[in-house]
Amino acid sequence: MTETAIETNGLVKVFGDNRAVDGLDLTVPAGAVFGVLGPNGAGKTTAVRMLATLLRPDGGTARVFGRDVVAEADAVRSLVGLTGQYASLDEDMTGRENLVLIGRLLGFRKPAARARADELLEAFGLTAAAERQVKNYSGGMRRRLDISATLLNTPRLLFLDEPTTGLDPRSRNQVWDIVRAVVSYGTTVLLTTQYLDEADQLASRIGVIDHGKLIAEGTPGELKSSVGAGTVHVRLRDPAQRADAEKLLSAALGATATPDPDPRRVVIRVPGHGTEHGAAEDAARALSELAVAGIVIDDFSLGQPSLDEVFLALTDHPATEKETAA
Amino acid sequence: MTATTATETAEPVYVPAAETIGAVLDPRERPARPSALSASLTFGWRAVLKIKHVPEQLFDVTAFPIMMTLMFTYLFGGALAGSTGEYLQFLLPGIMVQSVVMTTMYSGLAVNIDIAKGVFDRFKSLPIWRPAALVGNLLGDVLRYVLASLVITAVGLILGFRPGGGVMGVAAGIGLLVVFSFAFSWIWTMCGLYLRSEKSVMGVSMLVLFPLTFLSNIFVDPSTMPGWLQAFVEVNPITRLVAAVRSLMSGNPDMGELTWVFVATAALLAIFGPLTMRAYNRK
Repeated sequence: MTETAIETNGLVKVFGDNRAVDGLDLTVPAGAVFGVLGPNGAGKTTAVRMLATLLRPDGGTARVFGRDVVAEADAVRSLVGLTGQYASLDEDMTGRENLVLIGRLLGFRKPAARARADELLEAFGLTAAAERQVKNYSGGMRRRLDISATLLNTPRLLFLDEPTTGLDPRSRNQVWDIVRAVVSYGTTVLLTTQYLDEADQLASRIGVIDHGKLIAEGTPGELKSSVGAGTVHVRLRDPAQRADAEKLLSAALGATATPDPDPRRVVIRVPGHGTEHGAAEDAARALSELAVAGIVIDDFSLGQPSLDEVFLALTDHPATEKETAA
Repeated sequence: MTATTATETAEPVYVPAAETIGAVLDPRERPARPSALSASLTFGWRAVLKIKHVPEQLFDVTAFPIMMTLMFTYLFGGALAGSTGEYLQFLLPGIMVQSVVMTTMYSGLAVNIDIAKGVFDRFKSLPIWRPAALVGNLLGDVLRYVLASLVITAVGLILGFRPGGGVMGVAAGIGLLVVFSFAFSWIWTMCGLYLRSEKSVMGVSMLVLFPLTFLSNIFVDPSTMPGWLQAFVEVNPITRLVAAVRSLMSGNPDMGELTWVFVATAALLAIFGPLTMRAYNRK
């Protein structure tokens, strides 16, 4: 029986007439990465801010390692750390000063706070930039400093709210490696993301939320198989052949084409029937049938299902941003 | 040699190593939670560090007060008191109050900017005494008030200000002014939490501070004003504060005015401290 890191029951947060989080029931086991997947405006950040005691819930309950986030807020604060979407650092201060400040606020004496800061700077590859003001850091360095500040107090539960949004691919991979290292040493991580790919890479379980509610939960494999094996995208040289191509591909893959605004493009979701290998084989066979029929293609890809496709499959509506004007 | 490359390439690419990250995650003994005072002082240290990194922010407590003192001494001195030297004896404590009280609005600006940049999220998620971040900011501001007061005193002495209260009288006057301003700053801290942008904080504080400082006894004797204006000047807290500071600096402390200022200081803290904390906890 694994320990439960987070348990929420009917959690609600209302901003004006927008129910940002609307009866969220979530159970997160300890010791692993739990991915919270959802589009912008789904309520991910609001939920995380309530769990990190930064926002007071309007309804329902939430417990972190058994402690209530409202009644035992201070106890929760000493168990969790949050790295938000926007760096919570002091831009005017240097990287080291930022860490020493947090260390001092956690009760470390000055020499201990300095030693702890240097140790973290070293582990996160920031020693050379330690004396530089944070406003001169790159996006990736900023994110690493932010995460190291959060880890200063060795939290048992780490919240990462869209930790790779806006980062270049190299910095994103660094953050992924950091997350893997952190969780391998026993820290529980709750990670929110808009990318199925990211959740798939890091999380052992994924919860999908939409309009403030949990709409699906499971392992990445379970989630993907509910969506299908992937999507075939074909780009034709001659748009006049589109109807023929659609007919051939539909028959070969056993699925109907998804309408696409581009007249030269055919998009078909491959239904999930077993492994990825099966889908690739089906796709290859379908393509050779196109060649036999004399239909020339310029480009072809078999992609993993995107977040949008997950949403389409789970909710029958695409992952659009919530309209602000209700 | 090829063309110069960006400085970025001088640094080796960081590859996260699981063992070193694991080492810093090793659950060690956590230090005891710091006291309210120590947490507040740590935030005060942050304010001082920020002055070190952005020294331009001291303009408003150095250049601005010097300008105010020179401007009003030579603008009004001849007309109002016959000579600038005479006028300076009357004006200096007042202009000091005006400069420092005007500076209090920067407390609100600082809080508003901190919130906009997200750094308060970090502070609020730490298990520390909640008001510490705000109190610490204000401790840094107190340093600025003292600096502004000393600059004005120095300018005054050079121009011929000769306070009857001597060093002790001037020090007591500055002390009173700084204590009142600390309490007064809570109003702007609260505005900084409620208002959306730093521009609106600036706008609101100017709207209050201009009439409050000009419609007072700082520049002229209120008995020369029309009756309705005298009525306002009489109830203006700045008038009471200026009278108290003047009395201390001239060496004849006015107990009535001093009591008034202490009561006002306590009232400001009692009202705006909790209101500010309420806004802070809700943010």
